[in-house]
Amino acid sequence: MAKGIWVFAEHIDGTSLRKATFEILSEARKMADKLGEELCAVIIGHQVEALAERCGHYGAQKVYVVEQELLKSYTTEGYAKALVDLITQHQPSILLGGATVTGKDLFPRVAARLGTGLAVDCTEIKLDGNNQFVVKRPLYAGKAYAEVGFSDATPKMATVRPNVLIPSQPDSSRKAEVIKVAAHVSSADIRTKVLEVVKMAGAKLDLTESEIIISGGRGIKGPENFKILEEMAEVINATVGASRAAVDAGWRPQSDQVGQTGKVVSPNLYIACGISGAIQHFAGMGTSKYIVAINKDPEAVILSKCDYGICDDLFKVVPKLTEELKKLKAE
Amino acid sequence: MNIIACMKQVPDTEAQIRVRPDGLGIVESDIKFVINPYDEYGVEEALRIKEKLGGTVTIVCVGPARAVDAIRTGLAMGADKAVHLDDPAFEGGDTFSTAKALAAAIKGMGGDLIFCGKQAIDDDAATVGSALSELLGIPQVSIVTKVEISEDKKKAKVSRQIVGGEEIIEVPLPCVLTAQKGLNEPRYASLPGIMKAKKKEIKSVKVADLGLNQAEVGAAGAKTKMLKMTSPPTRKAGTMIKGESAEETAPQLAKLLREEAKVL
Repeated sequence: MAKGIWVFAEHIDGTSLRKATFEILSEARKMADKLGEELCAVIIGHQVEALAERCGHYGAQKVYVVEQELLKSYTTEGYAKALVDLITQHQPSILLGGATVTGKDLFPRVAARLGTGLAVDCTEIKLDGNNQFVVKRPLYAGKAYAEVGFSDATPKMATVRPNVLIPSQPDSSRKAEVIKVAAHVSSADIRTKVLEVVKMAGAKLDLTESEIIISGGRGIKGPENFKILEEMAEVINATVGASRAAVDAGWRPQSDQVGQTGKVVSPNLYIACGISGAIQHFAGMGTSKYIVAINKDPEAVILSKCDYGICDDLFKVVPKLTEELKKLKAE
Repeated sequence: MNIIACMKQVPDTEAQIRVRPDGLGIVESDIKFVINPYDEYGVEEALRIKEKLGGTVTIVCVGPARAVDAIRTGLAMGADKAVHLDDPAFEGGDTFSTAKALAAAIKGMGGDLIFCGKQAIDDDAATVGSALSELLGIPQVSIVTKVEISEDKKKAKVSRQIVGGEEIIEVPLPCVLTAQKGLNEPRYASLPGIMKAKKKEIKSVKVADLGLNQAEVGAAGAKTKMLKMTSPPTRKAGTMIKGESAEETAPQLAKLLREEAKVL
């Protein structure tokens, strides 16, 4: 019988693990205790053993470190093969991962190969009264939510939205058993070839992983004016996003778009500047813990749905707010 | 080039979503349905490649009778023909059972290139493209923003969005590409296009035509099951910060963020 909860621990260029990994391990630890099953992390890569230790701090009892030079960088087929091989050997009951660019690419391929159920971008993972694994996930970009259950096929798979689950306090006295596994992926298994990786200048953190986001909309009036948002972002360590209107006008790249046809984000603080709050935008940021809106139009929908609103010209408020935040940070 | 564009019909992004009293779906009356925006980028890219290299574009759609409107729009944009998987048995599927039906329909079509949207904006699963490529046994590249077909038409060079940048990937054909916003600007259907579309073939396909049985598709073949649908908690209006000018309001806001919300 399938046993054990596994978490796919995603690394960033082999140097660190994405924080979603720790969020998921923390929550999965509670589930593992309730089920009396083992919690394991799986790291796939090349020379990534050093990353295993921290998984233990968040509750993993075992860490499978699956290594091969061919797995240094992520490829769908290489990672899918390595992961499926390990799952077939050990038969975990549940497999979790982050709903990140990689998780979204890898998990469906693995689920289809194993013929098992997959729920993606979950905002809640839990065991019901009968200890069955159930999840909650947004539909229509958060205009509705679904509670989802699984068939008996295992592992039951889910990806979890970053920034939603709360990581536990890491405990450095907790040690995980590290199990090194040599992967057997051949170059013929990987039919795609990464020719080049182009890094975008200035991109710090992906919007979906940011704890604070400052977004600009139509009210920003032009691409050059995003500078005032960037200045504030610098002070409070935030990431700058944009509404669909700002992206469609060509002021910001598409990767900055927050909303139903952009990124769905859930930061601790979302500051909307010159954004009216159209339903498709709200769908992308409505689960933010705190929403601040700065908009000079008293009729703007967002002012009636935010935690703190200022009905005033953003070009006056934003620079002044930046100044105030600077003072706060200096205290 | 034989190009296939997968399509789903979904509620428009501006639609208000209301959960049905039984909690197992949404109220569909009053909703405007459209081609899933990401699928539309796929259809557009398929048409552009066809216009450059020749070939045919076939739309493949799983959906109820109403989805014909979306298919007709795709045909009016310039797609040559369509396959509509419109058996009620396909309904209520999850990623797995939907991909299974699509794979069975596409298998015999000899597609060189298969486009899907990177996700459908109703269930937001973003999984059918990957699952489809797995079931067809061909490679995939997801979240694609640029596609160039090689001269010998044997491979494609594509750009894929990743965190903080993009990857340029070479992939052999046939393959599945999932389309991201930014790939292109979809055309509007022209009036002659709309007239022509009326005469184009939409082949209706049932479960039995695919050599599958009812237990493998739709809700019966699904590996996940929606137990209950709920509306999100509505956000109540919070504090409006009053003041004569930014000199008064900005310091109040900064203070609230630190002391009340404790997010700074």
